[in-house]
Amino acid sequence: MIMSSRETILKAVAMNKPDLSELPDMDLSMTIQYADCKQQFVDMVEASGGKAFYQNSRQDLLNDLAEVKAEGKFMINLLENPHTEEWKNLKAFELEGLDTCYLRAELGVAESGAMWISEKQMSNRLLPFICQHLVIVLDQGNIVNNMHHAYHQIDAAAEGFGVFIAGPSKTADIEQNLVIGAHGARSMRVYLIDNEM
Amino acid sequence: MSIKQHAEAAEEFIRDEARTDWHDETLWFVRDKRDIAVNKLPEWEILRDWASRIKDHTLSNLDHYLKSFEEKAASNGIIVHWATDAEDHNRIIHKIIADNKIDKIVKSKSMLTEECHLNEYLQSKGIKILDSDLGEYIVQLREETPSHIVLPAIHLKRQDVSETFHEHLHTEKGNYDPQYLAGAARHHLRERFIEADLAITGVNFAIAESGSFVVCTNEGNADMGVHAANIHIACMGIEKLIPKTDHLGVFLRLLARSATGQPITTYSSHFNKPRPGQQMHVVIVDNGRSRQLGRPDFRNSLKCIRCAACFNTCPVYRKSGGHSYHSAVAGPIGSILNPNLDMKANSDLPFASTLCGSCSNVCPVKIDIHQQLWKWRQIIVANGNVEKGKKVGMQGMAWVLSNPQVYRISGKIGRWVMRTFPFMLSNRLNAWYKQREMPRAPEKSFRDWFIENK
Amino acid sequence: MKIGLFIPCYIDQFYPEAAIATYQLLKKLGCEVSYPMDQTCCGQPMANSGFSNLTKGCDVNFVKNFRGFEYIVAPSGSCVLHIKQHLKKGADPSVLQKIRESVYELSEFLIDILKVTRLEASFPHKVGMHVSCHGQRGLHLSSMSELVAPEFSKAEQLLNMVEGLELLKPVRVDECCGFGGAFCVFEEAVSVKMGKDRIKEHLVNDVEFITAGDTSCLMHLEGILNRQGSGVKTIHLAEILNNVL
Repeated sequence: MIMSSRETILKAVAMNKPDLSELPDMDLSMTIQYADCKQQFVDMVEASGGKAFYQNSRQDLLNDLAEVKAEGKFMINLLENPHTEEWKNLKAFELEGLDTCYLRAELGVAESGAMWISEKQMSNRLLPFICQHLVIVLDQGNIVNNMHHAYHQIDAAAEGFGVFIAGPSKTADIEQNLVIGAHGARSMRVYLIDNEM
Repeated sequence: MSIKQHAEAAEEFIRDEARTDWHDETLWFVRDKRDIAVNKLPEWEILRDWASRIKDHTLSNLDHYLKSFEEKAASNGIIVHWATDAEDHNRIIHKIIADNKIDKIVKSKSMLTEECHLNEYLQSKGIKILDSDLGEYIVQLREETPSHIVLPAIHLKRQDVSETFHEHLHTEKGNYDPQYLAGAARHHLRERFIEADLAITGVNFAIAESGSFVVCTNEGNADMGVHAANIHIACMGIEKLIPKTDHLGVFLRLLARSATGQPITTYSSHFNKPRPGQQMHVVIVDNGRSRQLGRPDFRNSLKCIRCAACFNTCPVYRKSGGHSYHSAVAGPIGSILNPNLDMKANSDLPFASTLCGSCSNVCPVKIDIHQQLWKWRQIIVANGNVEKGKKVGMQGMAWVLSNPQVYRISGKIGRWVMRTFPFMLSNRLNAWYKQREMPRAPEKSFRDWFIENK
Repeated sequence: MKIGLFIPCYIDQFYPEAAIATYQLLKKLGCEVSYPMDQTCCGQPMANSGFSNLTKGCDVNFVKNFRGFEYIVAPSGSCVLHIKQHLKKGADPSVLQKIRESVYELSEFLIDILKVTRLEASFPHKVGMHVSCHGQRGLHLSSMSELVAPEFSKAEQLLNMVEGLELLKPVRVDECCGFGGAFCVFEEAVSVKMGKDRIKEHLVNDVEFITAGDTSCLMHLEGILNRQGSGVKTIHLAEILNNVL
């Protein structure tokens, strides 16, 4: 009888696996907690090559939107209505010229400056990556200490796709020289807002 | 044409000493960045312990987790394939490409596809794949293989990249600026992403409880490919599984810090379902992993999360270069994985080490790499994969050293010869003597002194 | 304290001064030191080359010479580590276990067992500290740069008791010297490159001596230094700790 690849593999694994060992008890109080989560987050956003705005950020964001609009470049703003159908089905070649994209993040992580953006915030999975400049708005009350806390708060599998983004795209593949702007966004701005805008 | 063994390849590498120094310093710089990053977390050693035990547990229940992953993934619309070996993996991918009449394919970094020689296989069928990770793109243009699993082009200087880009992308001759060169790559690859019909990625972590998988990049090339293409194929080894989403907290905190000294990569993309209208495939690959699982001394090596911290800390790797290891996965971890794939071809690798133990210390999942190197040596010798001369020499040494009288007489004679006829050992036939003076040969051994002076 | 003095084969043959210093130092510190006369080698050269199946003779001889000692002390981290990890044949398991538990490298014996806090020693020179890997990572003779853990070093603790000594560390505090046993000849190019790079870092510190707990490292570094015509000398830790003006 010829076994399928699946059966062959599972049989081999079942036969060769070691005796069952236990999962560790993970006491999260042993993980890093920051005295000032917001400041740590801001520092890490800057360290990852992004720019963070947290004082007078509401007004700064409005100015940002106005400026980009005035430049006449192709921009997408999903801050108000991320469920819009307008951009949902656009293909890559139609979004290729996207200059700036505004998205909301659900949560920020102080230890790394990473932000969680799930599919429902981005409408089209390409948007956070294909734009030249990414602008993220985050409620500053939604900043947690570290990744463990982040996973406790979000449901990473709730939608079809989600991503932690920490800064603009980058590479150090050429002689370990850091270059900001690889294939994803060339720049990233974060606006920390107090409440819903 | 036989493959050059590590010692010979290393000697060639080192002949350009200035370049070796540059390679060594560049990789030490990465080790240094790692040290700075990990020392910011007082809980670092605890994280390593958690990661190690999560992986231990997963391997001890792997068949269950594989089934759970498949079930959940399938219920989310992901098509799951199983490949027993490299050939099987390549055929599966080829079939998807052929069935869908695919023309334009991009691939982001996947060491598994390197291990399976996917590119060559598809090339033999007339199908071209573009490697989109900048380092892999560069080596692909140069028709080389990557020398490092995280930094594929670390063996190349900016001048090398500039020449290659000038030749293939018509960038300015003599412009070595990394910003300029990376910009040229961005420009050229962007079109390819946009028009890609099919995108292949690796998998950093596959989560059993949700049937999801995570892909980590800094460049965004994986995402640019998969969100544009109609078909996404994700390739994973069976050992990439972790039980729960929560466990990602541990692994994502360890991975980038170990690999590059960053707290996290720019993008950690979580794939749960295909986007509407897209085909999403996962190919689960064995290729010797279940066999390794059955080796009690070596199964630990399957915990590897491919961070390459062991490469960066290994003085042998840094001073001999990844190509000296003649394998998709080089460095210390390669030296304990590759003999499982082909013991004869890789019998030199476990000996390309001084067993210093630095690798085991930087390993985020606490693989006892240096202990496994020692253990592979025993197996390789027991299987006869060692030169006859070495075997005879060792047998001779063992006999001398087991007999106190013989040992003492040999020692006395040996030292006398060294003092009286130094040219017998101080010549080109003696490997020690090539670049080192011989030690002085004293007239009296310690034992002789002890007898006279106690 | 009854001690069985374990002198590695290559120290016995090529660096008896390190053994003499060890012997004298232990006696100075009040130990009763026996030297089993028929000892040969711990078996490490064969075992590390994949020939652990050939070490039975060495194991049997080691047991014959060292069983019954409360402490076995050697001026070598790698040999001690080998015995601790691999002495598994040649006698009753309980005998083997006792020996494995009784064997100590010199600096750990001095710090952990004798609890030395003062030494009548003097060595007014600039000395570079080389950390021998097997002792460090295998026996935890010092902290390891890769780990997030408090710094400590038994060898340094002892060297700091030596009058006039200026201890200097290389930038890469615990990178391997490249000796590695048979590696030193079978991967000669890498071995020597590693040794040369270690030496370069010490030369930057303008040291007169390089010291370590393992003569194997020193033999390798000394070979390169001499080939370079350098005036820098190597010296075993024991010789410094035993030195009086």
